[in-house]
Amino acid sequence: MINPINQAESSFGKVLYERLFKNKEGLIAFAILAFVILIIFPTVLSPFRLNLTGKYLCYAFAAVGLVMCWGNAGILCLGQGLFFGAGGYCMAMFLKLEASDPESTAIQSTPGIPDFMDWNQVTELPWFWNPFKSLPLTIALIITLPALLAYILSVFYFKGRVSGVVFAILTQSMVACLWYFIVGNQGYFGGINGITDLKTLKGWDIRTEDAHYLLYYLCCFLLLFCILLSRYILSTRLGRVLIAQRDKEMRVRFSGYNITSFRIFIFCFAAVVSSIGGAMFTLQVGFMSPNLIGIVPSIDMVIFTAVGGRESLLGAVYGALAVNAAKTAFSEAYAAQWLFFYGATFIVIVLYLPKGLAGIYHDHIKKWIGKSMSSSKNNDGETPALVTEEKNAE
Amino acid sequence: MGDYTFDEIYAIVVMQSFSGVSLMCIYILMGLGLYIIFGQMGVINMAHAEFLVLGSYTMCLFSKFVTENMPAFENYYVIFAIPLSFGVAFGVGYLVEWFLISRLYHRPLDTLLATWGLSLIMQQCFRSFIGAREMSADLPEWLLGSWAASDIIDIPISGLVLLLLTVFLIVGLALFKTKTRMGLRMQATTQNREMTGALGINTKMTDRITFGIACGISGIAGAFFTTMASTSPSAGTNYIVDSFLVLVVGGLGSLVGLFVSGGFLALLSSILEFFMTGSIAKVWLYLVIFVVLMKFTRGLFSDKVRS
Amino acid sequence: MPSNTDYLLAIEDLTVSFDGFKAVDELTLYVDKGELRVIIGPNGAGKTTVLDLISGKTRASSGSIRYNNVELTSMREHEIVRAGIGRKFQTPSIYEKLSVYENLEISYPWGRTVFGSLKFTRTKQVIDRIQDVAQQIFLSDMLETQAELLSHGQKQWLEIGMLLVQNPELIMLDEPVAGMTAKEREATAALLEKIAKERSIIIIEHDMDFVAKIADQVTVLHLGKILKQGSMDEVRDDPVVQEVYLGH
Repeated sequence: MINPINQAESSFGKVLYERLFKNKEGLIAFAILAFVILIIFPTVLSPFRLNLTGKYLCYAFAAVGLVMCWGNAGILCLGQGLFFGAGGYCMAMFLKLEASDPESTAIQSTPGIPDFMDWNQVTELPWFWNPFKSLPLTIALIITLPALLAYILSVFYFKGRVSGVVFAILTQSMVACLWYFIVGNQGYFGGINGITDLKTLKGWDIRTEDAHYLLYYLCCFLLLFCILLSRYILSTRLGRVLIAQRDKEMRVRFSGYNITSFRIFIFCFAAVVSSIGGAMFTLQVGFMSPNLIGIVPSIDMVIFTAVGGRESLLGAVYGALAVNAAKTAFSEAYAAQWLFFYGATFIVIVLYLPKGLAGIYHDHIKKWIGKSMSSSKNNDGETPALVTEEKNAE
Repeated sequence: MGDYTFDEIYAIVVMQSFSGVSLMCIYILMGLGLYIIFGQMGVINMAHAEFLVLGSYTMCLFSKFVTENMPAFENYYVIFAIPLSFGVAFGVGYLVEWFLISRLYHRPLDTLLATWGLSLIMQQCFRSFIGAREMSADLPEWLLGSWAASDIIDIPISGLVLLLLTVFLIVGLALFKTKTRMGLRMQATTQNREMTGALGINTKMTDRITFGIACGISGIAGAFFTTMASTSPSAGTNYIVDSFLVLVVGGLGSLVGLFVSGGFLALLSSILEFFMTGSIAKVWLYLVIFVVLMKFTRGLFSDKVRS
Repeated sequence: MPSNTDYLLAIEDLTVSFDGFKAVDELTLYVDKGELRVIIGPNGAGKTTVLDLISGKTRASSGSIRYNNVELTSMREHEIVRAGIGRKFQTPSIYEKLSVYENLEISYPWGRTVFGSLKFTRTKQVIDRIQDVAQQIFLSDMLETQAELLSHGQKQWLEIGMLLVQNPELIMLDEPVAGMTAKEREATAALLEKIAKERSIIIIEHDMDFVAKIADQVTVLHLGKILKQGSMDEVRDDPVVQEVYLGH
C-alpha cells in the first residue's frame, strides 16, 4: 500500500495517472473498453451495425451522467431524456436550418424555413431559431443550455431539501412536460414527428458511410473523454464529498459543507454529459423526435445504468450496449416476450444485483482472474489511496 | 383570453370546474392510493396507474359479460362492477406486495425502479391477454345525461355520481382506519414497525393488506375512468405523472393537502384545456406546479415533522 | 434583541415545539469560553434537541442562540459549522466506505466549496494536521483502514477526530462514550480533558461516573427545562433530581 503521505511529493504525471485510472487495473479496464469500441467494433461490424452501435453509445453518455448523479451522488434522475433531448434538439435545429436553404425549399409557400413550419402556416423563422444558424453557437448551446436548465430545475428543490423519491418523480414530470411542449408546438419544433430529413453539416453529407464512420469515432472519443473527466471529478475531494453526502448527509453538513451546491453541480454535470450524447445521437441517426426523449426512454437510461452497475462509469457503457443490443435483437421478433423479459430483468437486477454487471465482475470474474494470475505472477501491490473504492477502476 | 368578457370567463370557469369533477375524483383516488403506500414505506408505486387500468378493464369486461349474457341486468351492473374492480386490483396488489415489494423495504429508490419493471410487465399482460385494442364499458343510460343547473352551466351526472362515491369511499376508509381492528393494525405498523411486530401483530400480513387496499382504491379509480375515456393497455401512463404531482403538491403527509391539490389540479387542468390544446394545457399545468413547488418545496400542506 | 454578553454561547428563552409538544421550553443556558459543560437528564428531556437547535438541524420556534454574540437561529448548518461549532452525533456517524485518513481529510476546513474541493490537494500542511489528530485519537496506525472495519469505540474516536480537524472553538458531543469498553472510556476522558484546554465543550452523557470524572458544570434537563445546574456533587445530592431519575 502506498501511503497517502507520499502523494504530496509525487510528480504531476503520476498524480494525473492515479486520478484518472487509480491503478494498473483501472488503466487496463479503460484500455480494454477503448480497444473494443475503437478497434474491434469498426473491424467486425457492418457499417449498418456500426451505426447502430454508435447510437447505443450515445445512450451511454446519459448512462455515464446517471452514474455520476445517481450512483455516486444518490440523486436519481428519471428525466435524463430532458437533457439528452436538449442536446439532440439543438443539433437537430442547426442541421434542419442547413437543410432548409431557400433553393431546396423553393416549393414551400415560405422558402428558407423548415418544412414543418411551412406545413403549420408559420411564415417566418421564430426568433429562438436564430442562434442555430451558427455552428459555434449551436455547440455552445449544447453545453450551456442543459446546464442552465438543470440549474433552474434543481436549485430551488435542492435548496428546499427535496431529494430521493420526490426529486426522482419531479424529474420525471419535467421530462413529461418537455414531451408535451414539443408535441404541442408542431409549428416550432416539429411536434410528434420530430425534426427529420437532416442532411448535411456545413455542407458535409452526414448520411454517407464514410460520415458514419467518422461520426462513430467522434462519438467514441467524446465518450471516453467524458468518462475520464468524470473519473477525474470522482478522484478529487469533490468526488469523496459526493459519496459522503450520499451515505451520511447530516455528517457532511456538519463538516461545514453546503451540500446544496454540490448536488446542483453534479446534476448539471450529468445534464451536460447527456446533452453531448443527444447531439451525437442526432448526428448519427439523422433525426430527433420527442418519443426518443420522453418518460420511457428516460427510464431506459436508468435501466442501462442499473444493468451496468450504478457506480461504475465503464459499466454504464457496457450496460447501454448490452441492453440496446438485446432490445434490437429480440424486440422485433418477439415483441411480447421482450417486454416481459425486460421488465423482469430490471426487477431481478434491482432485487438481487444492485451493482449490475460491474458487481458481477467484482464478485466473481475478478476473483477468478486473481486466482489464475497469482499462481503465475506476483501482485504488484500498488493500491494508492486516492480513489475511495475499487468501483472506479472496474 | 382577451376575447372573452368577464361574465363569459366566469361561466367557463364554473362549467369547466364541474366537468373537471370526474377528473378530480380520479386524481384524488389515485393520490390516495399513492399516499397510503408512501406512508407505509416511503416510496412511490410507479405501477400504480396499471392498477387503474386493471380496474377499468375489470369494469369493461364485466360490462361486456353482462350485456352478452344477462341484458336485463344492464342498468345495474355498475353497482357490482365497482366492488369487483376493487377486489381484482386488491388481489393483484396483495400478491405484488408479497412477492416483490416486501423484499425492498428501506430501499426506496430501488422500489421505485422495481415497480417500474412491474408496470412494464403489467402493461404487456394487458396487451397479451386482453388485447391492444381500446375498450370501453357500456354505461347505463342514467349515468350519461347531464343536469342543466342554469342556462350556461351543464353538470354531467356521472361526475356527480363519482363525487358522491368518492366521498363515501373516503369516509368509509377513515372509519375503517380508526374503527376496525385491521385499520388500527395498519396505523400501528406504519408508525412503528418493530414495536407492532413485538406486540404479536402480523406486520407482514398487514403490509400486504395495506398495499392491496391502496391498489384496490386505484382499481376503483379505474372503474370511474371508464366514464371518461376508453381503456387501452397504456392508458395509465397519462395519469401516473399527474397523480404523483397531486400527491407532491398536497404535501406528501397530508390528506387535506391531497384533496385540495387534487381539486386544484383538476380544476386548473380543465380550465386550461378550454383555452388551449391538450398538450399545451399540460405544459402550463406542469409549469404552474413546478413553480408552486419551487416556492413550497414540501408541498402546500406539509406536516411539520420532527427531524 | 438580546444584549451582547461575554459568554461563548448564550441561549435565551429558547423554545421549540413539535405539533404542540414543547421539546425545549423557554430554555436559558450560558456556556463560558473554555468550559466543559455536561448536560444530563432522563430520556425525552430534550438534550439532543438542544444540540439540534444549536447546530441548526432543527429550527427554533422562538428564542435566541448567540455564539460570540452572533445569532445562530437563522443560519444554516454549514454556516454554523464555519462559524466554529462542531458536532458529533449520538450514533457514530462516519463514512464507512472511506478510509480513516479520508474521513479525517473531508473535515479539513478548506476547499469546502464545489470548486475549492475540485482544486483541493494534499499539501504537507494537510497531511501533518491529519497525522497529528490521528495520534490524538489513538488511530495513527490505522490511517489506511476502511472506516467500517473499526471497532465501535474507534468509530466514536474517529468522529471526535473529524471534529478536531475542523478546529472548532466549541465542540458538542452526543454520548461520546456510548458502547465503549472501560479502558476506552478512560482514554476518552483523558482525550476530552486535553481537548478542553483549548476549546469549549458541551457533552450529553448518561454515564454518571464518566460525567463525574470530566465535568466542570452539570446541567440537568427535564421536560425541556433546566431542573438544576451546578457541580456534579451538588446535582447528585439534589432531591428533585433524584426523584426525576428514580421516578422515571
